[in-house]
Amino acid sequence: MVTFKDFRNNVKPNWCPGCGDFSVQAAIQRAAANVGIQPHDLAVISGIGCSGRISGYIHSYGFHGIHGRALPIAQGLKMANKDLHVIASGGDGDGFAIGMGHTIHSIRRNVDITYVVMDNQIYGLTKGQTSPRSAEGFKTKSTPGGAIEPSVQPLELALTSGATFVAQGFSSDIKELTAIIEAGINHKGFSFINVFSPCVTYNKVNTYDWFKEHLTKLSAVEGYDSTNREEAMKVVMETEGLVTGIIYQDENAPSYQEQVPGYAPTPLVDQNLKMSEQEFNALIQDFM
Amino acid sequence: MLQQLSWKVGGQQGEGIESTGEIFSMAMNRLGYYLYGYRHFSSRIKGGHTNNKICVRPTQVRTIPDDLDILVAFDQETIDVNYKELTEKSVVLADAKFSPVAPEDCKAPMYIVPFTEVAAELGTSLMKNMVAIGASAALLNLDKAVFQGVVDEIFGKKGQEVVEKNMQAIQQGFETMAEQLGDRLGEWEIAPADGKHRMFMIGNDAIAFGALAAGVRFMAAYPITPASEIMEYMIKKLPLFGGAVIQTEDEIAAATMAIGSNYGGVRAFTASAGPGLSLMMEAIGLSGMTEQPLVIVDTQRGGPSTGLPTKQEQSDLMQMIYGTHGEIPKVVIAPSTGEEAFYDTIQAFNIAEELQLPVIILSDLQLSLGKQTVEPFDYSKVEIRRGKLVENDEIPVAEDKSYFKRFEVTEDGISPRVLPGTEHAIHHVTGVEHDETGKPSEAATNRKAQMDKRLGKLQHINFKEPVYVNAPYEEADILFVGFNSTRGVLEELQQTFIESDIKVNHAHIRLIHPFPVEVMHSLVAKAKKVVVVENNATGQLANIIKMNVGGHDKLVSVTKYDGTPFLPLQLAKQVKELLTDGNI
Repeated sequence: MVTFKDFRNNVKPNWCPGCGDFSVQAAIQRAAANVGIQPHDLAVISGIGCSGRISGYIHSYGFHGIHGRALPIAQGLKMANKDLHVIASGGDGDGFAIGMGHTIHSIRRNVDITYVVMDNQIYGLTKGQTSPRSAEGFKTKSTPGGAIEPSVQPLELALTSGATFVAQGFSSDIKELTAIIEAGINHKGFSFINVFSPCVTYNKVNTYDWFKEHLTKLSAVEGYDSTNREEAMKVVMETEGLVTGIIYQDENAPSYQEQVPGYAPTPLVDQNLKMSEQEFNALIQDFM
Repeated sequence: MLQQLSWKVGGQQGEGIESTGEIFSMAMNRLGYYLYGYRHFSSRIKGGHTNNKICVRPTQVRTIPDDLDILVAFDQETIDVNYKELTEKSVVLADAKFSPVAPEDCKAPMYIVPFTEVAAELGTSLMKNMVAIGASAALLNLDKAVFQGVVDEIFGKKGQEVVEKNMQAIQQGFETMAEQLGDRLGEWEIAPADGKHRMFMIGNDAIAFGALAAGVRFMAAYPITPASEIMEYMIKKLPLFGGAVIQTEDEIAAATMAIGSNYGGVRAFTASAGPGLSLMMEAIGLSGMTEQPLVIVDTQRGGPSTGLPTKQEQSDLMQMIYGTHGEIPKVVIAPSTGEEAFYDTIQAFNIAEELQLPVIILSDLQLSLGKQTVEPFDYSKVEIRRGKLVENDEIPVAEDKSYFKRFEVTEDGISPRVLPGTEHAIHHVTGVEHDETGKPSEAATNRKAQMDKRLGKLQHINFKEPVYVNAPYEEADILFVGFNSTRGVLEELQQTFIESDIKVNHAHIRLIHPFPVEVMHSLVAKAKKVVVVENNATGQLANIIKMNVGGHDKLVSVTKYDGTPFLPLQLAKQVKELLTDGNI
C-alpha cells in the first residue's frame, strides 16, 4: 500500500524554517497516498517563486515551468494522458498576477486537474513586494505608503468564473487541508484550492496567529450546503474570504474532456501515431 | 491559344468574391491545370475592396503574374484599383449594375455584362458570381459541364433546385457574354491540360495535413491571421483520430499547453503569426531549456506590432532564429511550396522529438493563404521517428529513490526521454539550470556540461534536402537565393534570365537554422553575384548568409516590404537595374 512516505524524495527544500509551504507539501503527499495514487502516476506542475519549488520536493513526476504558466502546462499534460493525476501549484503572484488569465480560463474550462495556490499575500522570493493578494494599506518595499489597490478575492473570483470545485485551506490545519486536496483530486473537473500559507520572513501582518484569530471553519457552520452556489457566495462575502473548507462543489458538471467531440476514451499517449493509408487517402480527397 | 491565363475577380469584401474565385479555380483544377492564387483582402469582416487573382497554366506555376488577361469587376473600385495590370490583350467584364466607367488610360476593352440582373431574374442576385463565371467560360470557350461537379459539391446540400439554378446562371452568363463577344468567343482559350487530378489547397492546409499525418493528436492555439486555417483544419479532423484542439486564452497558454502535451508524450503543436510568436518567446525558451519537444508554426505577415495583418512579409526570420533570452538550440524550417509544407511539417515533428527541442515551421502569408496546385502527398514517404524514447522495461529499478537521468550527458548530447507515468523513471523537469536528474544546480562544471550538451544537439539534425537547388551552371553569373513563397517568382526569373543568356543558379533555403553552410558555401563560391530576394526591409536572409557563408563582396540584397509579393516582371526589372549599375 502507498503511504505518504512514498512521495518523499531526497531533496531538502530551500524554504525558510516555519514557511507555510512545508505543510502544503505534506498535505499533497498525504492526500495522494490516501487516494491511492502511485508516485509515478502523479505529476506536479508548478510555477515560479518560493512555492514553485514544490514540484521538486515531491517524489513524483514534477515540472517546474515558467512564471504564471503552470496551469496551461498542466492542462496540456492532462489532455495527453488522462490516466495521470495532475496537480498544478504556485503562489498568489503566479496565479493572481502574471497568470491570472490562465486561472480564470482554467476554471471556466474545467479540465480535470487540481490547482493548489499557496497564498502568502506577499512576494517572498524577490524579497518582499506587494502581491495582488496584499490587503489595502499593506506596506511592502514596493508599496512603502501602503497598497493602494484592493486585493483579489480568489474565492469570489472562482465562483463567478463557473468553478465546479472551490475550497480554501490553512497551512496550520494540515488535517483539513489534506482532506480538501483529497476531495480535489477525486473531483471530476477543475478543483480550485486556495491555501493560506504564511510567509514568516516578509509578511508580519498575515501570520499564523492572525489567521487563527480570523478564520472561520466551514465544518463548524451548522447545515452548510456546499452544493449551493448562492450560499457559497454568501459565506465568502460574510467572512471576507477568511473561511476554510470545501466552499462549493458541483459533482454533476461534466469535465472539459468529457465534452470534447471525438476525444478518445483511452489516453492519447497510447495511440498509434501513424494513420492508415485509407485514412490518408480520404484526407487527400478533400482537396481533389 | 494562351499558354497562361491570369484571371482576377474583385468587389467588396463579404459579397462572394472569394467563392467566385474558388468555384472558377476548382473547375480549372479538375481539368488538370496548375493554379496559383493570390488574395488581396483587408482586416475587416465586410466592405473594403477585395480581389482574388488566379494564374492558370497547363504546366507548373508558383507565382502570380504581373499582368491580367481577364478582370471581372463587381464594382467601380475593382476597375480603378486594378486596371493598370491590364494590357491591350486583356479584357474587363464589368457588372452593368454599377454603370462602370473605364479610366481613360485603360488599355483593355470593357464589356458591360448584366451579372446582377441576370441573377435576379433567375431568383436571387446572390448568383451574380455564377453569371460572371459563365461569362468567363465564354472567353475561355469552356464547356459549362466543367462546372457541374463543382456546383454539385458546393450547393448539393441545399437541394437539386439550387444546383440547377446555379447551373442556369452559368449557362446564361455564357450566352449573354457570347452574344457580346461575337467572333472573339473563346479568344482566351488556354492550351489544354493533362487532365490529371491534383490537390488544390492553401499552404496552411498542407501544414495542418502534415501535422495530422505526423501523428499530432493535440493542438492549442489562439486565432490570428494568417494562421487560423491550421487550427480550423485540426478542429475538423482531430476528432476522427480521437484528438482535441483547445482554443486558448492567449498564445502563451497555447505554447505552454503544447509543451505540457509533448511532455506527456503526445505530439502537439500551436500555430500563430508574428504577434503571437512574440508572446510565445518565453515558452520557446522553456522548451529549449527543459528539452521538451515543441513545434510552432509562424505564418509571417506584415509587421512590426499589428503591422499589416493581411499582407505578405518575411520579417520574422531573425526573431525565429534568435528570439528567446539566453541561448538554446532551436530549429527553423521554411518550406516554400505546398508539397514542402506537408513533408517539412512531418520532418519538424520528427526532429522536435529526436533532438528534444523547439522547432519553428516558418511560413509566410502568401504560402499560407495562396491557393495552389499540389501533387498528391505520398503515404509511403510519411515516416515517424521518435528518437530516444525509452520504455519502462528498459529501465533498471532505481534504488533509494534516486532520480532517472533524464538529462544525462551523452556523446551526442541527446538524453534518454521518458514519459510521465513510467514506473521506474521518476525525475524532475525545470527551467532552472539543472543536473542530469533535473534537480536545480548552479555548479559551474554542471552548467557548462549541460549548456554544451543542449547546444551540441543541433549537429545531429536529420533533415532531408535542406536547400532546394536548381544549379545548372558550374560558373554562374547570378545565384538567386530566397525562402518561403518567393520560390515561384525566382524559378520564373531564372528561366527568363537563362533565355537571355545570363547564367543563373537558384537556391531556396528550406532549413534556415542550423544554416546549411556546406551547400550554400559551394553555391556562393560558384557565382559571380549572389542576389538575395526577400520580403523585408533589412535584408535579414542576406545578413544570415553573410554571417554563415561570407561572400560580402558579391552579395546583392533585393528587398520588398510594401505588403505585396514579388512579381516576375517587376523583380526582373529591379534585378536588371542592379546589373547595369555595374553590380555584376
